[in-house]
Amino acid sequence: MATELSGILKWIEQLDEVDTADVAPMTSVVDHALHHREDEVTDGDRRDDVLLNAPESLDGYYVVPKVVE
Amino acid sequence: MTALTELSIADARSQLRDGKISATELAQAHVAEIESARVLNAFVAETADRALDDARKADARLVSGDAGALEGIPLAIKDLFCTRGIHSAAASHILNGFKPPYESTVTENLWRAGAVLLGKTNMDEFAMGSSNETSYYGPVLNPWRRPGDNRDLVPGGSSGGSAAAVAANLCLGATGTDTGGSIRQPAAFTGTVGIKPTYGRCSRWGIVAFASSLDQAGPMTRSVRDAAIMLGAMAGHDPKDSTSVDIPVPDYEAQLEDSVRGMKIGIPAEYQVDGAPEEITSLWQQGIAWLKDAGAEIVDVSLPHTKYALPAYYIVAPAEASSNLARYDGVRYGLRVDEGADLTRMYERTRAAGFGSEVQRRVLIGTYVLSAGYYDAYYLKAQRIRTLIADDFKKAWESVDALLTPTTPEAAFGPGDKSDDPVAMYLNDILTVPANMAGLPAISVPAGLSPQGLPLGLQVVGRAFDEATVLRVGRALERAAAFSAKPDPWWRGAA
Repeated sequence: MATELSGILKWIEQLDEVDTADVAPMTSVVDHALHHREDEVTDGDRRDDVLLNAPESLDGYYVVPKVVE
Repeated sequence: MTALTELSIADARSQLRDGKISATELAQAHVAEIESARVLNAFVAETADRALDDARKADARLVSGDAGALEGIPLAIKDLFCTRGIHSAAASHILNGFKPPYESTVTENLWRAGAVLLGKTNMDEFAMGSSNETSYYGPVLNPWRRPGDNRDLVPGGSSGGSAAAVAANLCLGATGTDTGGSIRQPAAFTGTVGIKPTYGRCSRWGIVAFASSLDQAGPMTRSVRDAAIMLGAMAGHDPKDSTSVDIPVPDYEAQLEDSVRGMKIGIPAEYQVDGAPEEITSLWQQGIAWLKDAGAEIVDVSLPHTKYALPAYYIVAPAEASSNLARYDGVRYGLRVDEGADLTRMYERTRAAGFGSEVQRRVLIGTYVLSAGYYDAYYLKAQRIRTLIADDFKKAWESVDALLTPTTPEAAFGPGDKSDDPVAMYLNDILTVPANMAGLPAISVPAGLSPQGLPLGLQVVGRAFDEATVLRVGRALERAAAFSAKPDPWWRGAA
């Protein structure tokens, strides 16, 4: 894996050939302003749905190995 | 009479509406075909009961006159799409057993249009791969083999199961997703049609995220018309995806047969790949001749930063993936490996066991390029290159309406042929990645056979949100190529 990662990073280094000093980094791929919506609740009260796929849950909570002694 | 599984979506649609066939018999024919083709490993979950239930309801709506655009059309859905109560694992072990309590917007749109769910298709794990060899559920086999040679070939990836299912007549159409070529490359490898729409055209809500600034869903079909029909049903604004764009979806089918006469088609010099086989170059020349014969004007253009798109992609995509995949921790869904360990060990063991090697490779690369000391040198640099790539395209649109290129640098290869060298595998996407980096729509249309008898595709790239032109040029190529070759069905009943 380490050899492969080095190979990939070495291959990526060809980007150094390009002078990007005066180029702005892309922040959005389409020329479109983000949509604003009303600040209101549109969904919720889905505790049971949210916990449906939990490997372990109890009384409406996820259960994980003990983190505090 | 054409077998039910050989119909196009357009023909099935008219036969269903005319009452010549029923959605139920159409679904049954496909369920049987899927069972007889399990050796291809195209599906990770078959949903025969659901299909027959959907079909029964579709038949009722066809009778009552409430038929939707895809009423009774049996489709396969890539395992990357969340489907309520049904296997949705992105072909990864880490989503073991996950059954979402919600539906992706794109699939919701398809069901609302009356489509029938046949099952979930196999794919590269988390859509990371170009050969469908990285799936936790094993590789997909390409229905195509070289004539006179019974060795297996890969179907391409990451939407390899969808491509194989469409090519082998296991469904009338399938969904795919395309982050760097994952619809178009497998379409080219299997003699099928695949379109990646403009970024923002289809909602990404409910699609397992790989690289959020690049991912787009699109249809995979056996004709350009079918792709137009399916895309029309999949696309549209969705308030649940802030990057989905609120502009009307045109009737893609309406303009499909319009002539390309007078249209300007750009031929980008940089898409001539060093060492590309002669068959790819001559296919491209053939495509140019076809469009010229159809009355289009051919214009030489230059996209000077093309060669940097792929290495920049391998910064941007892994960076976003490492961030997106941080959520898989064994706490809320999917696989958990704890064995009485503490929380940190549980995270580590879960991720080590749940992610395959290609996913681990990309998470590590992504974490590295985003790390404090390297962020400017890698991630920011790649995003600057991305601006240059998008600017190259913008400049091209000043003189042309669409671009014509080959889809892939070669025909389908064999399993294991590129497994030892990740970069060799990545190079398969060299002609498809630039459209993702610039967010542009692009289609692959089957255009001919290699001297070894394998399908090859031509790619058309268009302006942002101009899928209509992309489809129309694709249709002109399809008409001229008259590609009718089919794989020999060696998989039928094979164990």
